[in-house]
Amino acid sequence: MSYHNPPTPPRKSATFDDQTLAEIRRAAATGIYDIRGGGTKRKVPHFDDLLFLGASISRYPLEGYREKCDTTVVLGSRFAKKPITLKTPITIAGMSFGALSGNAKEALGRGATLAGTSTTTGDGGMTDEERGHSQMLVYQYLPSRYGMNPKDLRRADAIEIVIGQGAKPGGGGMLLGQKISDRVANMRNLPKGIDQRSACRHPDWTGPDDLEIKIMELREITDWEKPIYVKVGGARPYYDTALAVKAGADVVVLDGMQGGTAATQDVFIENVGMPTLACIRPAVQALQDLGMHRKVQLIISGGIRSGADVAKALALGADAVAIGTAALVAIGDNDPRWEEEYQKLGTTAGAYDDWHEGKDPAGITTQDPELAARLDPVTAGRRLANYLKVMTLEAQTIARACGKNHLHNLEPEDLCALTMEAAAMAQVPLAGTSWYPGKGGF
Amino acid sequence: MPVFDLSTTPLRDLNSALHGLPAGANDTVFEVINPRGHHAVAVGIDAPVTVEIKGSVGYYCAGMNDGGNVTVHGSAGPGVAENMMSGSVVIEGDASQYAGATGRGGLLVIKGNAASRCGISMKGIDIVVHGNIGHMSAFMGQSGHLVVLGDAGDALGDSLYEAKLFVRGSVKSLGADCIEKELRPEHIEKLSELLELAGISDVRPEEFKRYGSARKLYNFNIDNADAY
Repeated sequence: MSYHNPPTPPRKSATFDDQTLAEIRRAAATGIYDIRGGGTKRKVPHFDDLLFLGASISRYPLEGYREKCDTTVVLGSRFAKKPITLKTPITIAGMSFGALSGNAKEALGRGATLAGTSTTTGDGGMTDEERGHSQMLVYQYLPSRYGMNPKDLRRADAIEIVIGQGAKPGGGGMLLGQKISDRVANMRNLPKGIDQRSACRHPDWTGPDDLEIKIMELREITDWEKPIYVKVGGARPYYDTALAVKAGADVVVLDGMQGGTAATQDVFIENVGMPTLACIRPAVQALQDLGMHRKVQLIISGGIRSGADVAKALALGADAVAIGTAALVAIGDNDPRWEEEYQKLGTTAGAYDDWHEGKDPAGITTQDPELAARLDPVTAGRRLANYLKVMTLEAQTIARACGKNHLHNLEPEDLCALTMEAAAMAQVPLAGTSWYPGKGGF
Repeated sequence: MPVFDLSTTPLRDLNSALHGLPAGANDTVFEVINPRGHHAVAVGIDAPVTVEIKGSVGYYCAGMNDGGNVTVHGSAGPGVAENMMSGSVVIEGDASQYAGATGRGGLLVIKGNAASRCGISMKGIDIVVHGNIGHMSAFMGQSGHLVVLGDAGDALGDSLYEAKLFVRGSVKSLGADCIEKELRPEHIEKLSELLELAGISDVRPEEFKRYGSARKLYNFNIDNADAY
């Protein structure tokens, strides 16, 4: 009887997996950290881990397509003389001209307007195309103050003071030189072709007491007409929400770590901040504790993809959501039609995230005139409007099934969780139980 | 001349009157008395008005001024003339932090001292300080001129872009990528102009040293990592 040694297959380390090894080699070869666009790519507890319960004997549903399910939302009703009313609670998040092409910004404005919602400027100021094609435009007030001027402040429909974003809470930004065209450079008062750093905190205030004074100044400059939003990254949602309310915000925008950025270090995107799902309940709790839920509106962003995500965010207590990455996909980002060109860039459709390099085959995250011309803003705007309408219909479908005649009537009680993590974060019961981690009695 | 007594009149009335001035109005000179450290006094001016503030003000006085001529006969709190577009702001006393922050145009004159971060992220404004300035002044300054007759604190001009800095006294330290540069005839000419505009006649431009960006951090290079 002979013995042989059966071969064991090669075993790779779970800690040092292929991605990790490749990153070590890349860092060693280049001497620079990896910069990319987008939000976290790691799997985190998300809206997929929640389910709606639907109607049953104790709750009756509303008839689809017949019985009304309202989707309107009013933002800025706390102090602003001119709050804005949206037909759908899905808004377009702030993305800059500079990071995006002029055509892409125009498409976002057109799509949002067709769908009856707002779009938002970004770091770099307001362009005429964007203002002209956006019925409701939110003007971001950022630490860099690139492109900031009082005329644009006055022609905005709302002002969003950006303190942080989900992809990089506590971080600034960097628009690399290759995307700094003459126009972008001129709008930002900087020489063409140099890296443009965006500061991580505002130049003329620090802390919540200063923020209150800053908000008062902006209100005085705009004669108390504009709703003032305060945007924070998902880090300490309870306290950030409470402090924003105390400082006088009309609207709090809370962005989880799935929310995208134009360009930041990968290590930052993947290791700082909290998942969107974990941010909502603490923020809602802060509003409720202050007696301000529904008086100060809460906009949630970061990984919103479908009407189901919208409905779940609203059921957890948000007033509206914002989409960024999904809106870019709707207008053509990462589309397989450009696969051949993605391959030449060393990537593939669906994975392209070197937005900072300005070589986007889809003509969206670029300032190259030839690439930018590939995006027809009219067609792309129509696609975005279609997508927004589909999401709204989807959310209505779910709300009706839960017996709600307004999306805002959805509530945590309509939900259950598939995982312990999601149950804990969303504070809704694990499916089939009446319990979630952290709930009293255990 | 309209007079606003902020001890009895709401701030809103003052700012709303400044914003609502019809074209060709006769009363373009405003006096503000008893400002008592109010914040956001005379903000968002967008017409060629003159505002005389008799006393000290809080945060953001003359913020985003676009064409107005504002004089504070006292001291100013943080962020005076922040993001100024055009016009002039004169502070007879001292100014707190962030004076002239992100200003894009116009002239800010501080007859006393300015605290830290004077001219932070300046984008075209001209600032003349008769006294000293605090640390981190002109941080990330993009364009415009900062003229200091006294001394500058730590880390002057850190991460400077194209703003031009002129200091007559000592500089405690220079920030990353900020270096002393040659004072050329065109700089002397500009300095003369700014000193005259600021009402300074007993100081010669040649007494100043010029500081500007070394431009080594304009595009990321791992070999400059120590500077970050």
